[in-house]
Amino acid sequence: MSNKEKTAKKKPFQEPPLESLEIGGAVYITRLTSKFSNRKNWERPNERVVIAVIPGTIQKIMVKVGDQVEAGLPMLILEAMKMRNEVLAPVGGVIRTINVSVGEQVPKSHLLVELD
Amino acid sequence: MSSDKKVRELQKRRKEVQQGGGEQAIQKQVAMGKMTARERIIKLLDEGSFNEYDMFVEHEARDFGMDLKILHGDGVITGTGTMGGRPVCIFAQDFTVAGGSLGSMHARKITKIMDHSLKMRMPLIGINDSGGARIQEGVNSLAGYGEIFFRNTLASGVIPQISVILGPCAGGAVYSPALTDFVFVVDSISKMFITGPEVIKTVLGEDISMEELGGARVHSEITGNAHFFSESEDECFDQIKALLSYLPWSNTDVPARKKVIQPLEKYNISEIVPGDKRQPYDVRNVIRSVTDGSDFFEIQENWAANIVIGFGTMNGHTVGFVANQPLVLAGVLDVDSSDKAGRFIRYCDAFNIPIITLVDLPGYLPGVDQEHAGVIRHGAKVLYAYSEATVPKITVIIRKAYGGGYIAMNSRHLRADFVFAWPDAEVAVMGPEGAANIIFRKEIASAEDPELMRAQKVQEYKEKFANPYVAAAKGFIDSVIEPGETRKSLLHALEVSGDKSVGMPAKKHGIPPF
Repeated sequence: MSNKEKTAKKKPFQEPPLESLEIGGAVYITRLTSKFSNRKNWERPNERVVIAVIPGTIQKIMVKVGDQVEAGLPMLILEAMKMRNEVLAPVGGVIRTINVSVGEQVPKSHLLVELD
Repeated sequence: MSSDKKVRELQKRRKEVQQGGGEQAIQKQVAMGKMTARERIIKLLDEGSFNEYDMFVEHEARDFGMDLKILHGDGVITGTGTMGGRPVCIFAQDFTVAGGSLGSMHARKITKIMDHSLKMRMPLIGINDSGGARIQEGVNSLAGYGEIFFRNTLASGVIPQISVILGPCAGGAVYSPALTDFVFVVDSISKMFITGPEVIKTVLGEDISMEELGGARVHSEITGNAHFFSESEDECFDQIKALLSYLPWSNTDVPARKKVIQPLEKYNISEIVPGDKRQPYDVRNVIRSVTDGSDFFEIQENWAANIVIGFGTMNGHTVGFVANQPLVLAGVLDVDSSDKAGRFIRYCDAFNIPIITLVDLPGYLPGVDQEHAGVIRHGAKVLYAYSEATVPKITVIIRKAYGGGYIAMNSRHLRADFVFAWPDAEVAVMGPEGAANIIFRKEIASAEDPELMRAQKVQEYKEKFANPYVAAAKGFIDSVIEPGETRKSLLHALEVSGDKSVGMPAKKHGIPPF
C-alpha cells in the first residue's frame, strides 16, 4: 500500500477547508475546528426576558399580564428534576407577556415571561 | 505425580471457564461486532505467551438469588504475557459473563494484576467492556472501583498504563481509563459516559444516542478523553503495539533503541514551510523531515489539532514532540491545546523521554468562550509542565513566537536546554501588524493616508524586530540555524544532554493548575 493510500484510509475525520482567521491584526490562512466554528457568540443577557433554565412542567403561575412585580418576586413554579423551582422576577417591572400555561411542559431555554 | 483423573478434571474445569458466558452470550457479543475477551488477549499478546491468573475465582454475591449463579472468572480475565518479547500485565472484562459487571471478586482480580504490574515494573493493559457496577453486590462493587482508581493513581508515572475501551464503560467505571496514560477507542464499539442517554432524557429532556453522547468519535474529536481512534479492534491492537515500541517499561527503564534510518527524502525540510508566515503548512511534515525514517507516531490526532504531540525516534531513541500546527487555527494555544500539550509534557518527563518543541504560533486564541472556559488556568498548564520538566528540552523556533506563546513554548526562560531558530523566526511581543497599530497609533490616525502610513510602519517594525537576532543578541536563542541543519542540530543537542542532571527544590509535590 502506498503511503498516500494509507493516509487516505487513515482519515475517518473530515478535514475542513482552509479559511481565514484574524489574530493580532494579521490574517492567517488555516483550517477551523468544528469546536471553533460551532462556538456561540456571546450576547449580553436580557434581564427582561425570562427563559426556562431547565426543562420541566409549569405547575403554577402567580402573576398575570399587567402586574407590577418587584425584583425577586416569585412569578411561577417550574417543576423539574422532582423539584419545585420558583422562577423569580430578575428585575422590577410590569408583566408584558406570559408565554406558558399551567401543566405545560417546556424545553430548556423556552420563553416564559417578558417584562416591560 | 498427578493422576490422569485429576488432570482430566483440571482440563474440564479450564474448558468450562474458557467458555465465558456460554455460546448464546458469545453469539451476542459477535453480533455486536466485538471479539470476546479471550480473543482480544490472544490477539494482543505474543503468540502462546498468555499466562492466566485467578481462573477459578468465584463471585461472592449471596443476595437476589446470585448464590445460585455461576459466573466464570467473575467476568474478567487477568494475567501476564509478553508483547514484542517484553512482559506485560493485562486484564480484559468479559461482557459475556453478567455483562462484564464489576463485583468485588472481579475487582480483586483486577487489583491483584495491577499490584503485580507495579511491583514487577511492567506496563498494565486494561480492556474495558462492562455494563458497570454489579448492582446485586451493592457497596462492595463501589469499593472495587475505588481500589482500582487508587492503584491507577499509585502506578501513574511509574509504569505505562493503557486503557482499551472495547464496549461500554459507563458511570464511575470511566475513571479508571481517565486516570491511565493512554485511552484507545474503536469506532461504533467504544462508549464512555458518566450518565447515559436515558437519565439525560428524563432529567433534562435532551434526546441523544449513546454514540453521539460518548462514542469513539466524540472522545477523539470533542472531549479529548481518548488518545487513539481506530476503525476496528485489529487496527486498535496494532496501534497499542506501535505505542509500546516507544515506551520504557517503567520510569527507571529506557525505551528499546531502534535501528537508525535517515529521514525519507520526500520530506524536504527546506520546502515544507512557506516564507509568508500567514500561509499554513503541516508541521507534522517538519517533524518527519528530522526523525529517523521520517517516523512520527501522533497522539490525539483529531482533538485540539492546533497543537501536535507524539513520539518519534532520533538516533534510535524515543523523543516526544510538541509542535504548534499552523494548519489548524493558525497554531494558536487555547484551552484544549494547552491541556493536551501540558499533559504530554508531564508524560515525557515522568518517563525520561526528551522533548523537542517546534514553535510557530501567533499567540493565544481570542474570544469570550476561551476566557470564560478558563484559558488562564488551562494555559498555565503548559508553563507549569515545561518549567517542571527536567528531561532534555530542546526548542526550534520555525517562524512566529509571539507574546505569552513564545514564553510558554519551552523558551529559554523555562529552562530550555537548547533554543534554535530558523532565519525566518520572529520573536516579539506581538506580530508586526498589531505592534505597529499600537506603537504608531497617533502617526497612523493623523496621517493623510492612514492605510499607507500603517503599511509603512508595519514594514518599519518588521525590518527592525521581525527576526531572530534581537532575541539571539540577548542569548535567548542559542543558535540561528538553516532549516537544513535542523536534524544535525537536534541530534547534537540530544547527544550532549544525555546525562542531563538538574535538581528541583525539595517538596512533596507541586500544585499544577489542574
